[in-house]
Amino acid sequence: MTKRITLGRMTQYARNANRTERRHIAGLNGPDGLSRQHAGAPASRLRNLRLRLNGEARSVAVEPNDLLLDVLRDKLGVKSPKIGCERGDCGACTVLLDGKSVRTCLILAIEVDGHEITTVEGLSHSGLTPVQQSFLEHGSFQCGFCAPGMVLAATELLGKNPHPTEAEVREALVGNLCRCTGYKPIIDAVLAVSSKTGRRV
Amino acid sequence: MTHLKVVGSSPSRIDGLDKISGAANYVDDLAFGPDLLHAEIVESPYAHAIIKSIDTTAAEKVPGVVRVVTGKDFPYRFGLYMQDRFIFPTDRVRFVGEQVAAVVARDAKTAKRAAKLVNMVYKELEPVLDLAGALKDGAVLVHPDLGKYPRCPWFFPQAGTNIAHYRKTRKGDVEQGFKEADVILEDTYTVPRYAHCAIEPHAIVGLYDLAGRLTLWSASQSPYTQRHVFAQALAPLGLTHKDIRVVTPYVGGGFGGKAGVSMEIIGAALAIMVKGHPVKVRWSRAQEFYNTYQRQGVIARIKLGAKKDGTLTAIEHTLHWDAGGYVEYGANVVNAVGLSATGPYRVPNVNIDSVCVYTNLPPGGPYRGFGYSEFHFGLESHMTRLAQQLRMDPVVFRRKNAIREGDTLAYGAKMNPSGLHEAIDRVAAEVRWGEKEKAKDPNKVVGKGFACFWKAPAMPPNAASSAFIKFNEDGSLNISASGMEIGQGYLTVMAQIAAEVLTVPVQHIRIEPPDTDRNAYEWQTVGSHVTWGCGNAVKAAALDVRGKMFEVVERALSLPRDTLYLEAEKVKCRARPSFALPFKDFVISGIQTPRGNFIGGPILGSGVFMPEFTSALSDPETSQGGHPNVHYTVGAAAVVLEVDKQTGRMRVLKAVLAVDAGKAIHPELVKGQVTGGVLQGLATVLYEDIRYDLKGRLLNANFTDYKIPTSLDLPDEIVPIIIEVAQPDGPYGARGVGEHTMIPAAAMVANAVEDAVGLRLKSLPITAEKVALELQGLRYDDVKGSYMGLCFVGKPEAYAFRTSSAARKR
Repeated sequence: MTKRITLGRMTQYARNANRTERRHIAGLNGPDGLSRQHAGAPASRLRNLRLRLNGEARSVAVEPNDLLLDVLRDKLGVKSPKIGCERGDCGACTVLLDGKSVRTCLILAIEVDGHEITTVEGLSHSGLTPVQQSFLEHGSFQCGFCAPGMVLAATELLGKNPHPTEAEVREALVGNLCRCTGYKPIIDAVLAVSSKTGRRV
Repeated sequence: MTHLKVVGSSPSRIDGLDKISGAANYVDDLAFGPDLLHAEIVESPYAHAIIKSIDTTAAEKVPGVVRVVTGKDFPYRFGLYMQDRFIFPTDRVRFVGEQVAAVVARDAKTAKRAAKLVNMVYKELEPVLDLAGALKDGAVLVHPDLGKYPRCPWFFPQAGTNIAHYRKTRKGDVEQGFKEADVILEDTYTVPRYAHCAIEPHAIVGLYDLAGRLTLWSASQSPYTQRHVFAQALAPLGLTHKDIRVVTPYVGGGFGGKAGVSMEIIGAALAIMVKGHPVKVRWSRAQEFYNTYQRQGVIARIKLGAKKDGTLTAIEHTLHWDAGGYVEYGANVVNAVGLSATGPYRVPNVNIDSVCVYTNLPPGGPYRGFGYSEFHFGLESHMTRLAQQLRMDPVVFRRKNAIREGDTLAYGAKMNPSGLHEAIDRVAAEVRWGEKEKAKDPNKVVGKGFACFWKAPAMPPNAASSAFIKFNEDGSLNISASGMEIGQGYLTVMAQIAAEVLTVPVQHIRIEPPDTDRNAYEWQTVGSHVTWGCGNAVKAAALDVRGKMFEVVERALSLPRDTLYLEAEKVKCRARPSFALPFKDFVISGIQTPRGNFIGGPILGSGVFMPEFTSALSDPETSQGGHPNVHYTVGAAAVVLEVDKQTGRMRVLKAVLAVDAGKAIHPELVKGQVTGGVLQGLATVLYEDIRYDLKGRLLNANFTDYKIPTSLDLPDEIVPIIIEVAQPDGPYGARGVGEHTMIPAAAMVANAVEDAVGLRLKSLPITAEKVALELQGLRYDDVKGSYMGLCFVGKPEAYAFRTSSAARKR
């Protein structure tokens, strides 16, 4: 079964689009148009979802309209993706799907069948990653609610582009809202990882 | 003072590992097992209507629905400073989105589906949506029962009107003051409503267990105040304070929005109705916008006079606040401004009228800055404009009038020590004030804007703090206090204060968010007062602990107490240099004597802080006679702003903010408050633009249409400057800085826009759209269409600042 999961990070354009458009951008509006609005499906529609979550094979029964965010939090017990806006605006629910950052509030759980999900819990298993260490050193969080999403967005960026410019860092984090820090310490933390791992281009 | 080792350094945050590893739990992350019930709220579609009937039978029949709750079940009012809000209203609704019923079900989807089946019948009333309409003769009353509500003694509601509170401050003789003035400037400024937009929505889980114990897990800045308000509201059911427990894990941003009690009362009430089962209420992003608190809108008229030499002679400042349907907390914002709307200046003659007006819009309430951001926009715009009329430099003009220690405040008390002059000078130097800068692009121009600010915590005079400290076997220790870690770094600062006294490294101290059963009392984490108030309590507790250690050592080893001191987690003795007793050797097990017995035992300490010098009692006609504010934190800020003359787009090239922290206990955290606060402040000027339609419906209750800044929107450079003029009654001289850093933003941008392109904009926000239109000679008010950001529809200059004859008769 081929999946149309080619979710890149949402851009500023996507933030400004409405919800339906955003799901199109994300390639997620299936022919049945399933969305959160069609809540309350009968339990008989339960399906088995299999995925790799933080390196471990997991399986769980989900309804076709269950959001990935709710399944991760309520059925799989992974709490670092947060519920902030439920419409793809804030990025607090970011996880890595096959290494790419996505918003789990815009994805149905059944769509990730057979795929790999990484959350901050998965990053931290063998000690802090350089990104986390740098966030800690730079005080890149205050209330901490956006931090898991920010860490993942930064991790994705540095994986693809180990020596980003400040403009590239700002662009990469644009879909993750932070109301406390003014972003500066987050950007500094990401640039510091970059400079530690060799010459900045 | 001895050399400080920990205070003034910037150790790694105590909550860092929790937050960066994903371990940090917020209310919605806590596990309650398969018995957890979920609530969905039925909301009023009308701004103002009589509830004719509520039919819940269809909803109750849905499989999985456990209970449907309405005002019938809880005909109780609640409120922090005035009990004017309803758990669920029984007779009328007062804003669009107000809760009228709740469906509790086994799962969230079922609750949502069933909520649509609750059949509400309303009789629509004329909504009160504009201030002029609210204050006219014969106005529709939002609260016909206003006179009956219990309230705090410093509120003056006017029954039979929509005036919920009227704060008057009178000092000197303004008429005489204006006679002495050579230049007088009078104008009107408007500030719309704003939303807090903490990224974590409000959430509460309530459990009323089978033994009658009510526990609430709440995303709150105010666990103890919540418990108290719950106990008051639920007293008819026989619940007392000891039966109620509020647990607050980490909070994902507050900004005032999670102070007091708003939606949390619903969680408490629903728990009562489903005894034995935990029930969760979690706000959606939209509810977060319209049913917690909003920052109130205000229209302000300022008349300011000065002599030729720049000396201020008099101010008349009239502010009418659009406070929304309930003002149980918001009226105190109005009150705070009514005492302090002179700004940080020496003004001999003062009239302030700050009027809290009920409207049928969402409830107003505390928001970082507590009214000061709002009045500083007008006042600091006005200061620059008056300087221009005097042909004085606006910075020189401000400096000449800047308040000093010992000056008499508008309400008669004396000003605390203040580094305002130093702040002004350092900010002016940092932005090279007076030097014109040129943009590289010919379509762009660069302007500079300056603003000063001040703010006092708005607290009742008995807002107390307290703390416990206990040791562990290895000499590490736990601090138990009930300030809230809302991101500002409170936990780390409290640990630093204890560490300084007890010579224990910060890493050996554990301090966690509060639980009212176990942690010592704290009034609330608001008003930028916890570093000061709770810090004083923690310091007192640490000193208590130290005294107890000395006492044990003296008793067990006969070393005189006054020769003992602490160093590097050991008790040492000046009289016997070889003596060094590690804490871990005695803080739990005591000290063994040659006889084999043990002296001492677990070392525990406590500390209390009460601002005993304050009083809210004063003459209601003048506000003279009391000491309502503990102290002011002051500062100055400036912005270098590039404006695109064609598109109106603005880019902040540099923002500088100096704040007098008294003593920066953790300088990096203070700088963090500056960076974050400046951006939150800039957002209220440049981006955030709330819109209501003419039915009182909020049109942009989401982050797509209500634009908070992203990582692309921060200034090119933010320079935080810390001033340290000690607060004599603060821990190590510290005072709070959290709210202050967003206060000057609006005025400094408005002043910079004028400097750049010659436009004086007197209403917020100052978006690119507005600047572009005005640059083309179009009045934004003429083209904006029929919406309301502020609660009035007409043009600000036409607003008469009149109150009804019923109100004037008083």
